Formats: sequence, structure tokens, C-alpha cells
Amino acid sequence: MKLKKILPQLLTLLFIILVFGFFTMNAQENMGARGLEFGFGFLKTQASFDIQFSLIDYDGSHTYARAYLVGLLNTLLVAFIGIILATLLGAVVGVARLSPNYLIRKTASFYIEFFRNIPLLLQIFFWYFAALRALPMLEDAPMLLNSSFMTIKGLYAPAPIWTNFDVFFTTIIAAMIIIFFFVRYAKKKQEQEGKRLPVFFISLAIFIFLPLLTFLIGGVDLSWSYPVIRQMSQSSYTFDGGLKIPPELIALTLALTLYTATFIAENVRAGIQGIGKGQKEAAASIGLTPNQVLKLVIMPQALRIIIPPTTNQYLNLTKNSSLAAAIAYPDLVLVFAGTAMMQTGRAIEIVGITMATYLTISLCISLLMNWYNKRIAIQEK
Amino acid sequence: MSINKFNILKFNHHKNRNISLILGVLFFSVGIIDFYLNNYFDKNITYFLPRIINFFTPLIFGVIGLHLIRIEFSGIKILDSLNKNINTTNFNAALSVSIILLIIFGLPPLLNWLILDANFAGDSKEACTGGGACWVYIKVWFNRFMYGMYPNAEQWRVNLTFIAVLVFMAAGFFAPIRLRNYLSLYYVLILPIISFILIYFIVSGGSFGLVWVETGAWGGLSLTFMVSFFSLIFCFPLGMMLALGRRSNLPIVKYSSLSFIEFWRGVPLITVLFMSAVMFPMFLPDGTYVDKLIRVVVAITLFEAAYTAEVIRGGLQALPRGQYDAAKSLGMGYWRMHVFVILPQALKLVIPGIANTFLALIKDTPLIFVVGLLELVGMLNLAKTNPKWLGFSMEGYVFAGIIFWIICYSMSKYSQNLELKYKTDR
Repeated sequence: MKLKKILPQLLTLLFIILVFGFFTMNAQENMGARGLEFGFGFLKTQASFDIQFSLIDYDGSHTYARAYLVGLLNTLLVAFIGIILATLLGAVVGVARLSPNYLIRKTASFYIEFFRNIPLLLQIFFWYFAALRALPMLEDAPMLLNSSFMTIKGLYAPAPIWTNFDVFFTTIIAAMIIIFFFVRYAKKKQEQEGKRLPVFFISLAIFIFLPLLTFLIGGVDLSWSYPVIRQMSQSSYTFDGGLKIPPELIALTLALTLYTATFIAENVRAGIQGIGKGQKEAAASIGLTPNQVLKLVIMPQALRIIIPPTTNQYLNLTKNSSLAAAIAYPDLVLVFAGTAMMQTGRAIEIVGITMATYLTISLCISLLMNWYNKRIAIQEK
Repeated sequence: MSINKFNILKFNHHKNRNISLILGVLFFSVGIIDFYLNNYFDKNITYFLPRIINFFTPLIFGVIGLHLIRIEFSGIKILDSLNKNINTTNFNAALSVSIILLIIFGLPPLLNWLILDANFAGDSKEACTGGGACWVYIKVWFNRFMYGMYPNAEQWRVNLTFIAVLVFMAAGFFAPIRLRNYLSLYYVLILPIISFILIYFIVSGGSFGLVWVETGAWGGLSLTFMVSFFSLIFCFPLGMMLALGRRSNLPIVKYSSLSFIEFWRGVPLITVLFMSAVMFPMFLPDGTYVDKLIRVVVAITLFEAAYTAEVIRGGLQALPRGQYDAAKSLGMGYWRMHVFVILPQALKLVIPGIANTFLALIKDTPLIFVVGLLELVGMLNLAKTNPKWLGFSMEGYVFAGIIFWIICYSMSKYSQNLELKYKTDR
């Protein structure tokens, strides 16, 4: 009986050790033959390549570690924007699929069936190489909203110029902390005295007025830098000032959002359909208003069904953002596993770091979502 | 009665029904016609209205029209179903009108581009004169999109292999009753070996007087099928082992399966392919060369096996405990219990899930461009840069989109049907 338990485990362990040992030995031999030594020292050396789009200061004189950071931030940027937009779009489309209106319902399901059945890479290529290439040249671009230009080279929008931004930012954080404690206080008061404070409006007021105050007394100021077209030579133009959003970022965000939103929409639909009609009727019969029914009865239950699969979609979106490499958006894969690896030849270290980074991101998102999921789960006694 | 007099927009009274109907239809058609003329004939029939609402006139007219024809229990069948389906409230009416306007705005140009103004005849770029799509491009490059760089004269070999594999696959369905028990063995073990031999000897060639065609020349849609077929066939047994391992109560087996699954599920496929391209050769003894295609299939198999394992685990968990207890009480050991009782039931439950995994796998295959293998999407990107055929990327992507859409949509419908079919069983 004991042998039955120990033998399979021993065999598994032996197999794992053998495979890893074989790989390590070969890797050592191969790297020795190429004159490389395993180690991460190369991260501190000068990268000497440029990156098209970066959120932090970067040029060729910085280190590989800095280049890694630039790539990571770019990946996180796409993932962040994509998750927000896909959630909004997915929620709207998911609700629209249950609409009593025939046209709305059919449009929503057409959208879902259309976009979820085409490979994401193809969609990214389509937006980048076909759709966005049809945009006007810099000099022909019409002005949108009196400030921005949508051109073949990307979107040029007004850029905010802050003075004393840190003061403003600190106030926003402070406002959030105050709101957090206020909500707890209001809840306690309601439980003890049965009084309901207008939590939402007071929080909103705190959130708006506190940062606004800094403009008056904190020395915070905001002005806009508008993009202005300038002719460089006979046929070449450029924009001065403003914020440039590269077409790669637009195409990638667009494709990721449209693709992932279809899956989120299906989750939302399943979540709402999963709530019995009796819940709604029972809530209405004890005198809750329709808004209260939605907020206090339907949504808390629907969210419980919606969140776990949606977390998976967030993870997928983050992982899919690595397709950026295909259209040369400088994300982690392109910058680090692409350019940096070509230059250093350190395949094992670099692919290892890249994979470890994605694993960490995935684990972080799923931990966060598990925590949230646990918070809203049914507390059975 | 007196209230109705003040309600100028609501003609609920029976006498006014017809007036309301006529007015409503009139308003609605004015809105639609205005929009149509504005878009396609550059005429504005509502120019006399203030500029600020001019942009929204079709919408406003449409909503007013729909509001007027919203008569409850009118007795007219068409009208009642119209009101019930697209016109329950003013908000709904506004949404309906917006969608109708969107269709009028988008559909005719799309049809023009796709079919009416498109060029089908000819065999060079010069044949494309119209403003529409240039399907000549697809026609000329069709063989490349389907077979990649595979020599034209040898393409019958690819077709033959595909037909043969399909025949072998279908053979399982017509197997005699007494061989039914060995069916899973056939699909999991024998079919992959047969397919591999077929592909090795016929598609690859090199013997029996067939010309050797290296894997670098394979490509196009046939490569998509090959990669996804082999990955699916290999990832299934591996996923099954991992799923069993994850549910095992032996700690080492359990945690090694768990970390294997979580590792592959946590990284993007593109890094896995990078790994197979640049990192994997470093792990093998110096001088061993593994073909690119095989490396890719191994990489995708390991990646998809983790997802398959999770799907199968779902099936295992869905089985009631009684099944395990009953099997154990008959004195069955671990393997006998799983092979004869648990897996046959669990696998039936997860067929839709497996179909979804396969769907994801097909949608992931274009990624193999990172190691230099060009399937359909990769071939498109290659063809697009051909100096003779510049500027047709739109046609290429639309073509590939249609093909992938047909494959994936039919598969997802099929898996939904399976899901419904197996749901009623339990």
C-alpha cells in the first residue's frame, strides 16, 4: 500500500529531474561553446537602440534594464486601456443582447458573432495595415473637435501642461482616502441609527471639489498645448506640440477592445440571465424602487456569476497584448524578447525574464480578482 | 376624454387612429428619405430648419414618426408586432432609428466595394479599374494563400494527404460494433501515427520518387490545418494526464501538474513560440537539429495541453461523487476506475469545451509567423509587399477574415449544438 503511493511520486520526481538536468547540462555546454556565461549582468550595460514610443525618458544611452522597463510600461498601458474599454463595451453589448428591442438584440449578437470568430492577429493587421492606412496625410487631415488631428501617422491631441501636478495628484489620493472612511462611517451610521446619508453625492462632491480647491490655493495650474502643423520641406510636414498617439497603439487597442468585449458581453449576458425572475419580483414586492432592485438585488448576484470568467478575459487581453510585436508597437516582447535578444544573444535569460514577467502579471490580476470575488461571494453560514 | 385633448402627440382615441398612423408613417419616411438623399445625392430637403438640429433631423423625424404609430392594440397585425419589437418606448424608438440609419449609411458602400464595383476578371493588377475590391489579386495569389511556397506541380500531394486523413478520421464513425471499444485508442494513438506517416511520406516526399519539399516551403491555409490538427491530437492525451494529475492525492504528482498547467496558462503563446525558436535549441545537445514545424507543433501542444487539462478537470469535477464511490466499492483500482467508469462519462461532458479549445487553437495558429512559418495570414503579409501587387492589403485581410470566420463560426455553432445535446442527457 505504501509502495503504491510512493512509487508514482518517485517516478514523477525522477522524470522531472532528468528532463531539467538534461536541459541544464546541454544549455551549459552550448553557452560555453558560444562564449556566453549565464547571468543577468548584461542588464546593466548600455542598450544603444532606440524605442519609438516610451512613457518614461529613454534613449540609446540607457541600460537594458531601462529598456525592459519601457517595454513593460507600454504593455501595461495597452492592457490597462484595453481592459477599461472592453469592460465598458462588453457591459453595454451584453445588456443590449437582452434588450426587448429586436434590432438592438440582433445588432449586438451580430457584433459578437462577427468579431469573436476572426483571429485577433488578423484583426490587428486589418486595423493597422488596411484601415488606419486609409487615413489622410498630415497636411490634409481635418481638425476634429477644434483641437485634434487623426492622421496616417497617428492621433495628434492637445497635451495637458501641469504646474505642481504632484500637489494635485496628492489631493486626489487624499480625496479617495477621505471617501473611503466616509463610506465606512455612513454604513456604520445606517446600521446603528437607520439613517441613510446621501453617500454618492457627498463622495462625488468631495472628489470634485477637493482637487478643484488646489487650483485656487495650491498653485496648481493646467494649460493645453495644441498640436500645430509645420512644414519642414516641400512635401514633409510635422506637428509641433500636443500629444502624439502612434497608430500602432490605436490599432492594437482597437483590436484588443473589440475582440475581448465580445467575450465579456457573453459573460455579462450569462450573468444577468442566471438571476431568476423571482428575485426581481420579490425585491419589487417588498417595496424597492427599480433602481434599488438593480443595485441591491440583481447586480450583486449577477456580478458573482460575471466576475470569474471576466477575470479570465482580462488575463487573456493582457497576454494577447503581446501580439503588439507583429505591428512593431514597442511592448515587452518586441523590445526585450525581440531587439534586446538580437543584440545580446542571451536567449535563455531574456525569454525567461519575459515569461516570468507575464506570469507575475497574470498572478497579480488573478490574485486581485480572487480577493474581490471572495469579498462578494455568498457568505453561507 | 378631456385629458386626451391636451395630449397633442398621443392619438389614442379610436377615431384619430388613422390620422396618427398616416402622420407617423409620413414623418418616419421623411426622416429616412432625408438621410438617404443627404448621404448619396448630397441634397438637403430640410435645409429650412435651424442648423443646430439639422444634423439630427432624420433621427428626430424618425422618432416622432415611431411615437405617432405607437398605438396599443391597434388590431393591425404588422403594426402590433412592430410596436412590440422595436418601438416600446421613445428611447427604444431612438435606438431603432439609429440602427436603421446606420444600416442605410453603411450597407450600400460595403456592398458596392465587395461586389458591385469589384473586379473579378483578369489576371493582372491592370485589370482592376473600378473603385471596388480587386478580387483578381486573390485569384492570382490563391494557390499561394492555400499552399504557401509549395511547388504548384506538387500540390496534389497536399490535397491527397488531406483527403486520406479525412477518410481515416471518418472511418471511426463507421467502425463495426465489436470494434467500438477500441475507438478511443484508434483516435488517440493510431490515427496520429497514420497521419504523421502520410504527411511525412507524401507531403514531405523524398522517397517513392516524390520530390523532397522542405517544411519551410509549406504554408497557407493547409499549414493552418496541419498545425492545429496535430496540436489538437497530441494535446488531448497530455491534457488528460495533467487533469488526472491535478486531481491526484499524491502531493508531488499534484503540485508538479499544477505548476505545469499554471505556467503555460500564465504566459502568452507568442513567448512560447519565441522559446521554441531561440531557447529550445540551446537545451538540446549541440548539433541536433529539430525541424521548425515540429518545434512549433510541440510548443503549441504543450501550451494547449494546459488549457485542455483545465477543461477536462471541469468534466471530472462535474461527475457526482457516487460514481467514484460505486467504482471503488466494486473493488476497482485507480486506473480501472478511471478508464472504465470516470473518463468515458467525463469526456462526454467536455466535448463542447474541447471544441472551444480547438477553436482558440485555430485562431492562434497565425502566430507561428514569429518563427518564420507563413500560414494564411503570414502569406498575406508576404504578398502585400510584392512590388507588383502593392496596395491590396484590404482585399487580402477581408478574404482571410471570411475564411476564418466561416471555419470558426461553423465550429462554434457545432459546439453549441453539442452542448445542448449533452445537457439533456443528465
